[in-house]
Amino acid sequence: MKKVKVYVTLRESVLDPQGSAVMGALHSMEYNEVKDVRIGKFLELQIEEGTRDIDSVVKEMCEKLLTNTVIEDYRYEVEEAVSK
Amino acid sequence: MKFAVIVFPGSNCDLDMYHAIKDELGEEVEYVWHDEKDLSGFDGILLPGGFSYGDYLRCGAMAKQSNVMSEVVKAAEAGKPVLGICNGFQVLTEAGLLPGALLRNKNLKFMCRNVELKVVNNETQFTTGYEKDEVIQIPIAHGEGNYYCDDETLASLIENNQIVFKYASEGPNGSIEDIAGIINEKGNVLGMMPHPERAVHELIGGSDGLALFKSIVKQWRETHVSHA
Repeated sequence: MKKVKVYVTLRESVLDPQGSAVMGALHSMEYNEVKDVRIGKFLELQIEEGTRDIDSVVKEMCEKLLTNTVIEDYRYEVEEAVSK
Repeated sequence: MKFAVIVFPGSNCDLDMYHAIKDELGEEVEYVWHDEKDLSGFDGILLPGGFSYGDYLRCGAMAKQSNVMSEVVKAAEAGKPVLGICNGFQVLTEAGLLPGALLRNKNLKFMCRNVELKVVNNETQFTTGYEKDEVIQIPIAHGEGNYYCDDETLASLIENNQIVFKYASEGPNGSIEDIAGIINEKGNVLGMMPHPERAVHELIGGSDGLALFKSIVKQWRETHVSHA
């Protein structure tokens, strides 16, 4: 079993109004060293190892459903899932 | 002319759409559940507003995977008129039937009010009932109607006259070029954030939306019935 962590962020060219609002709040709290905030999504998938190559399966899922590549970028990490 | 109103779990403008077609337009209409696998009996496809699948993941992301969407794609390829309003517009962009995407409104607020829309292109099968540059009153109700596309896509939208509606006064959501509605290159798939189905009778605050539905029927009659 693998644990796949997918990080989804808005593309550089896309404005992130939520991130701007959060940065405004941080500045009002006097964290003026913050120069940019981008808000994204984090997905964690448990994937059973089968005959299909895990990288191509994850990429396919990301491009077909998990992200919208018109507005979002993604990256992912594959780890051994620790059984409980 | 027979319309299908596609119903996803979480659609909530389906009744308004049904009412607009049946009672105000006087055409045939049926609800079609998202699980259905056949749209061949319909002449026009309507994707209503709402929050399909709770807007989980992204607006329209899950809806595009439903059975009925592959039929909607077939209908669009066959040249049938396909109209997506609000969440329906989001579904059409997610499904790749229209370019670009709808982002969170720039001011982060859910905007619900009447807006003035300018009919930028009145030569589509959805807008022949309007004058060019006519300003109409149509309600909006959305939190994610901020239309975005890259520069290249925008240039091609402009070049092919695919921008159909723009917000006439200050845009409510931060859309590029104040875009409120676009059409595909072929001219049979229209997506728009404002709700023409909520503006079909003076009793509900205005009837400027009715001409859109009438335009669709007029075009269909001219193509399909005039041979009789």
